Amino acid sequence: MTKKMSVQDIATTLKLYWSKQGCMIMDAYDTEKGAGTMSPFTFLRAIGPEPWNVAYVEPSRRPADGRYGENPNRLYQHHQFQVLMKPSPDNIQELYISSLKELGINPLEHDIRFVEDNWENPSMGCAGVGWEVWLDGMEVTQFTYFQVVGGLQMDPVAVEITYGLERLSSYIQNVNNVFDLEWSNGVKYGDIFKEPEYEHSKYSFELSDQEMLHKMFDAYEKEAKRLIKEGLVHPAYDYVLKCSHTFNLLDARGAVSVTERAGYLARIRKMAHGIAQAFVQERRKLGFPLIKDENQRETVLAEFAKREEKKNKQKKNKGDKK
Amino acid sequence: MTHTFLLEIGLEEMPAHVVTPSINELAEKTEKYLKENRISFDKVQKFSTPRRLALEISGLADKQPDIDEEVKGPAEKIAKDAEGNWSKAAIGFTRGQGLTPDDITFKDIKGTNYVFVNKHVTGKPVTDVLSSLIDVVADMNFPTMMKWGTNKFQFIRPIKWIVALLDTEVVPMELVGVKSGRKSLGHRFLGNEVSIANAADYETDLNKEFVIVDADKRKAKIKSQIEAIANENNWKVKIDDDLLEEVNNLVEYPTSFYGTFDKRFLDIPREVLITSMRNHQRFFYVENQDGKLLPFFISVRNGNSDFIENVIKGNEKVLAARLYDAEFFYQEDQNHDIDYFVNKLKNVTFHDKISTVYEKMQRVQVISRLIGKKVGLNDSQLADLQRAAEIYKFDLVTGMVGEFSELQGVMGEKYALLFGEKPEVAVAIREHYMPISANGELPQSKIGAVLAVADKLDTMMTFFAAGMIPSGSNDPYALRRQAAGIVNIVDNQKWRLPLDSLMEKIITDENTAQVAPKVDQKPIIKDVILFIKERIKRVLRAAKIKFDLVDAAVNATNTDILYNINSAKVLNNHKEDADFKAVIEALTRVERISNKSDFKATDLFVDPALFENESELKMNAEVDRLSTDFEKLTAADDFSKLASLEPVIKEYFDKTMVMAKDETVKENRLKELTKLARMINYFAEVDKIIVK
Repeated sequence: MTKKMSVQDIATTLKLYWSKQGCMIMDAYDTEKGAGTMSPFTFLRAIGPEPWNVAYVEPSRRPADGRYGENPNRLYQHHQFQVLMKPSPDNIQELYISSLKELGINPLEHDIRFVEDNWENPSMGCAGVGWEVWLDGMEVTQFTYFQVVGGLQMDPVAVEITYGLERLSSYIQNVNNVFDLEWSNGVKYGDIFKEPEYEHSKYSFELSDQEMLHKMFDAYEKEAKRLIKEGLVHPAYDYVLKCSHTFNLLDARGAVSVTERAGYLARIRKMAHGIAQAFVQERRKLGFPLIKDENQRETVLAEFAKREEKKNKQKKNKGDKK
Repeated sequence: MTHTFLLEIGLEEMPAHVVTPSINELAEKTEKYLKENRISFDKVQKFSTPRRLALEISGLADKQPDIDEEVKGPAEKIAKDAEGNWSKAAIGFTRGQGLTPDDITFKDIKGTNYVFVNKHVTGKPVTDVLSSLIDVVADMNFPTMMKWGTNKFQFIRPIKWIVALLDTEVVPMELVGVKSGRKSLGHRFLGNEVSIANAADYETDLNKEFVIVDADKRKAKIKSQIEAIANENNWKVKIDDDLLEEVNNLVEYPTSFYGTFDKRFLDIPREVLITSMRNHQRFFYVENQDGKLLPFFISVRNGNSDFIENVIKGNEKVLAARLYDAEFFYQEDQNHDIDYFVNKLKNVTFHDKISTVYEKMQRVQVISRLIGKKVGLNDSQLADLQRAAEIYKFDLVTGMVGEFSELQGVMGEKYALLFGEKPEVAVAIREHYMPISANGELPQSKIGAVLAVADKLDTMMTFFAAGMIPSGSNDPYALRRQAAGIVNIVDNQKWRLPLDSLMEKIITDENTAQVAPKVDQKPIIKDVILFIKERIKRVLRAAKIKFDLVDAAVNATNTDILYNINSAKVLNNHKEDADFKAVIEALTRVERISNKSDFKATDLFVDPALFENESELKMNAEVDRLSTDFEKLTAADDFSKLASLEPVIKEYFDKTMVMAKDETVKENRLKELTKLARMINYFAEVDKIIVK
C-alpha cells in the first residue's frame, strides 16, 4: 500500500467487493436513524423467506453520543458500512476476512479476533448472536446472525456485518482523531463534519424544544399506527423511524426518566412488531417474488398457507370455547 | 486390540466463557454414552480452542461384549391355543427376539407358567456405536443457542467440519449437512487445512498448523510468556485466573506482548485504569515491585511474533482512546458538585412501582439512623452516617459510572473525597455495595456496615411490599444475595438487631418523616424475616452445623440474626456434652406441655398461693431469676442458664401433676411453664433437635 486509502476509497472498495459477492449496492435511506440495521433494506428485508443480499453506507445519528466535535472518537453522527446476506452463507467469515484484505489489511500482519458480542435492540424487537471483530484490539466490525427481527423468528437466518467506517479508517490512515481523517482529495473529515457535530450537539443537549418533541412523538406514533392498519407498511415504517429518532433526541436532552424510557421503548417495539408482521403478509400477497426457484417458491407459499390455516383453526376453536 | 478414536467438532469462534464448560459437557456425555453402550475404554482426553471441541478416546474395545440374556414372554395359556399349538402371540414374541418357537422354555412364576427364551446378542462393532455419538453432540446444551443459514438446528455457533477417526478410518456421521472426514483446519491465518492420518496424531498434527489444542498447555504457555516479560522488565504482574482463562479461550496460538500508554493517564484513578485494561481490552495490568501501577500493559495475540509491532501499536491506540474518554469523564464530572448529582437522582427510578433513587436515599437515612443508634454509634459517627446516607448513590449519574458501571461505589468514594467529604463518609459510600459476591469482602467501617445493611433492608422491604418476591430460580433483583449480605455483615459486626421491632420502627419513622414508599410495607415484615432466616440457615449449614441444630436455632421466636447464629453455635458446641440429651429432653418437655395452652403475654401472672409442693416454689424462683434479663444476654449465657434448670425441671415433673383436676391449679402451673417455654423458644425451637 503506497498511498493511504481515503474514507471514500475504503467505502468504494467495500462496495465493489461486496457487489462481487452478490450484494446489491444500495444508497443510504433518507430518514434519520440510529443504525444501518434500521434501514428498511435491513430491518424489513431481513424478515420473511425471500433471499436478500445488500450493502450500503448508512449515516447513523446517535444524539446522546454527540460531543460538540471535541472528542476524537465520539460522534453525533457516524457512518456504518452495512452488509446483509440472507440466508447467511457458509463462508461468511472468510468473505469478511477477504474484505479486510481488499483494504490492505493482511491478517498475518495483525491480530484479528472474533470476540463474542450478542446484539440486541429491544426497541425494534431484534436480537442476534455473533461477535465484535477486533483488529489489533480495536472493535472495527459488528458481526451478527439475526435470530429475531421485529419480534419474528428468522427463517432463514440473515447475517449482518456492520463496519464502523470511522474506526476502520482511523486505523488504516493511522490517525488518532476522527476529524483528521481524509475523506478524499485532501478534504478532511473535520472540514465536512466538525461544524454539524457542534451544532447538533448544541441542539440535542441544550436547545431542542422538549414539548415539541413530545408532541411530535405522539403524532408520529398515531400516524404510524393508522398506516399499519391501512396496510401501508413502508410509510408506516418511516414514521416509526421518526418516532425512534425523536425519542433519541428527548433522551439526549435528559427529558426522559427511566420509567418513561421503558414506556417509550415499548411503544416503538409494538409498532415495529406490527410492521414486521404486515411486511411478511404484503410480500406473501405478491407471492414472495424474490424466490427465483419456482418449486421452492411454491413450497414456501404452501407452507405459509398451511400455517395460516392452522392459526385460523386455533382461533376458531378458541372462539367456540368462549 | 484396542483402538483410539478422535472426534473434533470445528466451529466458528465460540464465546470464550463457553469453551471449557462445553468440552467438559461433551466429555461427560460421551463417557456416559460409551458406558451405556457397553464399550470399554481407558481414557477420554479433552482438547478445546475457540474453534474446536475435540475428544481423543484411547483403549477402546473392538466391539460390545456379546450377551446371553433370558427374555420373558407371554403366559403359557396365551402362548398356546386349545390344541396346544403355538399361538400368534408366541410366534410373534419369538420372531421379535430373532428366534423361533423351538427355542421356548417354560418357567413357573408365582403359580403361572411363562414363556422364556435364551437370547444371544452379538455385540455391535465399536464403529457402529461411535457413529451414533453425533447424537450426543447434537444434544449439547449451551447458554445461548443460534440458528444459521436455512437450518432449523440450533447450536452454540455454526458447525464447519467434523473429524471422526477410529485409528486410521473415518467413522461416518453427519450433523446439519456436515459430513465427518479426516480434514481439520489449522490456525485461521497461520495454518492450513490438515488431513489427519491417525487419530493418535491429532495433537501433533494441529501443532504443526499453529494450533495448541490442549487448553492446559496453551494456558501454561501464556503464563510463562507473561512471567518472562515481567521478569525482563522487573515488573509485578498479577495473573488473574479468570482473565487468564478468558484470554486462553480467545486464542489458538498465543504470543504475549507488552505495550505502553501515556504517563499522564496515571492521574486517573487506578480502578478506572484497571477496569479499562482488564474488563474492556482483556489486558493484564502492570505494577512495579511496590505495587504502584505502571504505564504498561500485557496482552496476548492469537498468532506468532511476526509483525507484532503492528499489533502492539494498534492495542496501544485503542487503550489510549479509552483512557482519553475516561480522562474526559473524570475531569467533566469534577466540574459539578455533589448536590448537582444528588438532584439528578430525583429523575432516576429505583423501581417504577416503588420510588426514585433520591427517595430511596431519604428512606435509607431513616433506616440507617435507627440502626446506627441501635448498634451504639456515637454522635459524630451518626452525623457522618447521616451525610453518607444523604448522598451515597450520587455517583450513579456521573459520566464515569455511566461509562464504567462496574465502578459504582468506587468512583463514589473517589469523587466524595475530591468534593471535600470526610473520609468516613467516602469509605461508607464505597462499602455500602458490599458484599458484592456470595463470599465477598464485607464493609470494614462501622458507618459503611450500617449503610450497607440499611440499603439492603430497604431494598428487601420495598420489593417484597411491591410483590416482587423471589421464587425458585427467579430472583432478578438478587434479593437472596442482599439478604445473605445482611446476615454476613451483622454476624461480622456482632450486632444485636432484632428485625421485627426494627422494621416496625422503620415503617413508623418513614411515615413520620413523610418518606414512605408507594407500597405498603406493613404486611410483609414476617415474610422478610422468614426470607432472611432462610439465608441464616444457609450460612450455618455451610459452616457444617447439623441441620436439626440449625433449624432449632433459627426457628426460635427471636428475630435477632446474631443471636440465631450464636444459638446454633452454642448447641453445636454442647451437642457432645454428657448431659446434653437430658437437658434437651427436659426443655422439650416444658415446651410441649406448655403448647396445651395459649395465654396472652399480659396474662401470665403466677400465684404462689396455689403451689402445692417445694418443687413448684423452686421452679417459680428460677423462672423469675431467668426472666429478668433473658433477652439481653448472649445465646451462650441463655443456654447455660436453661441447662442449669434441668434438675429443677426434672424434680418439678416428678413431684407435680401439671394437669391437675382443679382448673385454677392447672392453669397456674401452665402459666408457670409457659413463662419458661417462652424463654426456651426465644433461644431455640428445642423439639427440632434430634437426641439419641
